[in-house]
Amino acid sequence: MSVDKATVAKIASLARIKMGDEELERMVPELNGILDWVEQLGEVDVTGVEPMTAVIPNKLRLRDDVVDADPLTGGGKRDDVLANAPAAEHGFFGVPKVIE
Amino acid sequence: MADFTDLGVKDIRDGVASGEFTAREVAESFNAAVADAAVLNAFIVTTPEHALAAAEKVDADRAAGKQLGKMAGVPIGMKDLFATHGVQTTAASHILEGFKPEYESTVSSNLWAAGAGMLGKLNLDQFAMGSSNETSYFGNVNSPWRKEGSNAAMSPGGSSGGSSSAVASRIAPAATGTDTGGSIRQPAAFAGICGIKPTYGRCSRWGVVAFASSLDQAGPMARSVEDCAIMLEAMAGFDPKDSTSLQMDVPTWEAGLSADLKGKKVGIAKEYRMDGTDEAILKSWEQGKEWLRDAGAEIVDISLPHTKYALPAYYIIAPAEASSNLARYDGVRYGLRDLPEGAGLQDMYAATRAAGFGDEVKRRILIGTYVLSAGFYDAYYNQAQKVRALVARDFEHAWAECDVILAPTTPTASFPLGSLNEDPLTMYLNDVFAVPASLAGLPAMSVPAALTEDGLPLGLQLVGKPFDEQGVLNAGLAIQQRAGFTAKPEKWW
Repeated sequence: MSVDKATVAKIASLARIKMGDEELERMVPELNGILDWVEQLGEVDVTGVEPMTAVIPNKLRLRDDVVDADPLTGGGKRDDVLANAPAAEHGFFGVPKVIE
Repeated sequence: MADFTDLGVKDIRDGVASGEFTAREVAESFNAAVADAAVLNAFIVTTPEHALAAAEKVDADRAAGKQLGKMAGVPIGMKDLFATHGVQTTAASHILEGFKPEYESTVSSNLWAAGAGMLGKLNLDQFAMGSSNETSYFGNVNSPWRKEGSNAAMSPGGSSGGSSSAVASRIAPAATGTDTGGSIRQPAAFAGICGIKPTYGRCSRWGVVAFASSLDQAGPMARSVEDCAIMLEAMAGFDPKDSTSLQMDVPTWEAGLSADLKGKKVGIAKEYRMDGTDEAILKSWEQGKEWLRDAGAEIVDISLPHTKYALPAYYIIAPAEASSNLARYDGVRYGLRDLPEGAGLQDMYAATRAAGFGDEVKRRILIGTYVLSAGFYDAYYNQAQKVRALVARDFEHAWAECDVILAPTTPTASFPLGSLNEDPLTMYLNDVFAVPASLAGLPAMSVPAALTEDGLPLGLQLVGKPFDEQGVLNAGLAIQQRAGFTAKPEKWW
């Protein structure tokens, strides 16, 4: 399978990365080179093989159902959470107007 | 001022503990070496005050007769993928420039608690995506090594290239690295140092900027196997904040070190004999077998039939996970925001990510988005995860025949910066020997073995059973003792 410029433009849009014409043109052969190469995986007989989901068998733990089980990641951290925001306002993340 | 920069982790820790010198003297010595080596571009930011403060605390604790930690008095470099409280953390990307975390990663926390100090944040390939340290927004890292008779700038490997460059040039006794598909082992091999990626889950991923979560593992990089064992003990441990953290005690790897391999079987996989591998690498592999045999091990032939497919499977799985992980960089919560005049929310996302991510990162996000998109998920992603299961199964079968596997770390020695930039694929192939162990979550280490005729270091790789870091370290020690690798780069910086 190979991609053309329109497909790359669609993927870039899905990935929310703005790309100009020139960049899209440049990406097409690069992505096709990689996709052609990974194509060889199709040769492998995977009959009856389950896709790997965990590399080391491990049970997913549940933490205790209590408030602030870990104070660092619990509540009451609004200012810390906002500290690196490019446009924090009134205790919220600021974004461009979404609803007209 | 005495110079302590030739000392490693163990020597510094023991010297500070015995009172031969103070932690402060050591920190001052390394801080000066770091300041003197700016041309290597190994550090994105330096934090001499952090190293001094940690050293003073260790000296005070010693004076007060308190028990000292495993890394007491050792100043280290911290790969800039680990979140450090109040200190800029960028993953070498413009999109995180200026980001100062309000929290500390578990691994760095563990190291500070063990008495280590921080010399600074080390440069890397952007978001750990790269094998040459040429994708950093903050510039290429120079290897301290050069080919004999040449002044060409050489690659320190990647993604942990700032780490390998700093440790090889003796401006840090040790550094943290992270390994997703070879990012500890390949730079360690290029720089003539040791580096170990432990079993997946040994080191907490909490506070480590995520690349491909099912593969990412932190580990130490240092100049000896002993130093790696000490530092890995300090880094590892169960962390409830990481859902894939192993709920197991951390073994005493340093105390367990033994180069006596009597009764051990070392596997040699025929599939690792690949076209395009340098003659010098094959020669050092043969030499490695001899060394391990001399240490008492039996050499056995094994087969890992799906080796050839590991790298293409990796280049589907890792970008798929990355495209999902990197969705968080949106210009809203932290990092860069690019808001064109009159732009709406969607335009802001797209403009921010276009301005913030480098080319290689964009390439991988696009590949990942594509292989996860409707209609292609089964053909690409699911197929890759099935092949990954087969790669892991190959290793399980191999463990019936052997205890540890010996292989080259890389197909070539280091190359000049800028020489492999034409085609992304040629760069990817550098990790061909490293990726299978990553896909299977296994502990794996690179130790320096020899120099090429041009005077560049070569590494040998040891891959072990799950949770058997000790077996890997012990075989590494046996090689270290026999290789007698004492070469160091001549100072030109």
